[in-house]
Amino acid sequence: MKKDERQSGTDRSEARFAKILAISAVLIACLLFAIALTLFIQSLPAIKTFGIGFFVGKTWDSASEQFGALPFLAGTLLTSFLALIISIPFSIAISIFLGEYFKEGAASTFLRSSVEVLAGIPSVIYGLWGLFLLMPMVRVIETKLGVPPHGVGIFTSALILAIMVIPFSASIGREVITLVPSDLKEAAYSLGATRFEVLKNIIIPYARSGIIAGILLSLGRAIGETMAVTMLIGNSNFIPTSIFSPANTMASVIANEFAEATGLVSSSLIYIALVLFLVTMLVNIIGNYVIQKISIEASKEVT
Amino acid sequence: MEGHVRARLVKNHIFKGIVMLFAFISLLPLLLILYYITKNGISVINWDFLTHLPRPIGEAGGGVFNAITGTIMLIVLSCVFSIPFGIIAGIYLSENKEGKLSSLVRLCVIVLQGTPSIVIGIIAYVWIVAPLRTFSALSGGIALSIMMLPVIIKTTEETLKLIPYHLKEASLALGVPYHKTILKVILPSGLSGILTGILLSVARITGETAPLLFTAFGNQFMNWNILKPIDSLPYRIFYYAMSPYPEWHTFAWGASFILVVLTLALNLIARGVSIKWKIQF
Repeated sequence: MKKDERQSGTDRSEARFAKILAISAVLIACLLFAIALTLFIQSLPAIKTFGIGFFVGKTWDSASEQFGALPFLAGTLLTSFLALIISIPFSIAISIFLGEYFKEGAASTFLRSSVEVLAGIPSVIYGLWGLFLLMPMVRVIETKLGVPPHGVGIFTSALILAIMVIPFSASIGREVITLVPSDLKEAAYSLGATRFEVLKNIIIPYARSGIIAGILLSLGRAIGETMAVTMLIGNSNFIPTSIFSPANTMASVIANEFAEATGLVSSSLIYIALVLFLVTMLVNIIGNYVIQKISIEASKEVT
Repeated sequence: MEGHVRARLVKNHIFKGIVMLFAFISLLPLLLILYYITKNGISVINWDFLTHLPRPIGEAGGGVFNAITGTIMLIVLSCVFSIPFGIIAGIYLSENKEGKLSSLVRLCVIVLQGTPSIVIGIIAYVWIVAPLRTFSALSGGIALSIMMLPVIIKTTEETLKLIPYHLKEASLALGVPYHKTILKVILPSGLSGILTGILLSVARITGETAPLLFTAFGNQFMNWNILKPIDSLPYRIFYYAMSPYPEWHTFAWGASFILVVLTLALNLIARGVSIKWKIQF
């Protein structure tokens, strides 16, 4: 009798433990769902007023309550893609350096820890640094080119974004490059291929989808990056006319205007946030799916 | 033939040179950032700067004491919310490797990790600031804890997965109930990994500014009340950097120096913990 009671007590706490674990897991899923739902409900007034036309509307004017997100869409796309183009050669070089040329040793440790430090520096500090070093430099370039020397704008933001995403895509690139099976590489070496040829014909083609996934994930980062861009983009709600003109990205317009926003302005800003959320969600799911598939394939080939 | 081979070798060397060049050029920004922060920041740091409140423009002196305490308070708040929750969810994932709920939660963690910080700021605003009608440290802490969660869950799951199965089997064979096996055998042996994850996630949120813009807001006075707006180092840097006053710009550099030292120290400690306390199996 006594033994039974003790047994059932253990069973009960066992069941309670399992329940707590499951509840916490369900809560995580609920959290994400609640985030999506909150964004949707809060943006409903704007969705009702502007519909899909919100994304082709060119004016953002609180006085006349006309809101269109095209300037910010353009700002986000321009800064992110420009940043990716600038960062790709560097991040691929770091991935090859760490994944193939120097897998270990002092040079590798040094580069890897430096890249980690670069990744750990807060966004607002990149912004501050950009404001006092990049901005004057860009101003000089702009004066030479004969465009209005704002200093701040799309180009400056893209530069700082490029610096910020390099560590991210480089670390993913390094990982997928080290996943390339060594028997493939050794086979090529034994046929007399040089390292460059192995890289060009074996490693890069094999790791291509992973490298692209890494670039996609850094695109997600660049799209959502807020502080450094807010400080350097120049806060202008008009469609950018050149890559040097001041603009606003989707994230930076929220940062600049949300604290004072009410009514339809606030709802429109949340509409932008909803889109930002959905786009980064899509990018992250696709990127992670590709990388997961590659690592599963690689682990299969080893065994 | 000779010439062909030489051409291939030359190409090989040139490519290696280009890779090394590009790899080290990308370190240039890091050197410049650290150089500027140290050069402009260290001269501002003194006892007054660390222990005084900000003064209005025009008055000499003043410091960022409230921002430092505010940052610490926000970190504590977000840890309180995210650590227990994150670890429990991590245990669930490591114990249920397959199953629909697990893969759903894994997907949620990925999405949560990629969610822009500014969106999380809006969420905390809608959930906490709007109902309470005031910016507050609490809302900032909640926003930051949502950002910490995915990191803690992921590192907990990955650490616990690495713990050998025979440890668990041995404990169960001795008649230890399942939940006690998890809490007293598996969790302690994964402690260093979990601690590393927590430290890394704290390092990540210490410098976050975007979620604080419309949650914790900022406050030039000292505040210990979690239902009132609170200052933080990143917010202070942003505020001072965007101001037109050169005196405040130097203050921004000083605060940046403190913030960088803080985040780097957290990263270093995290790495130290993962190396020193690693349990070998």
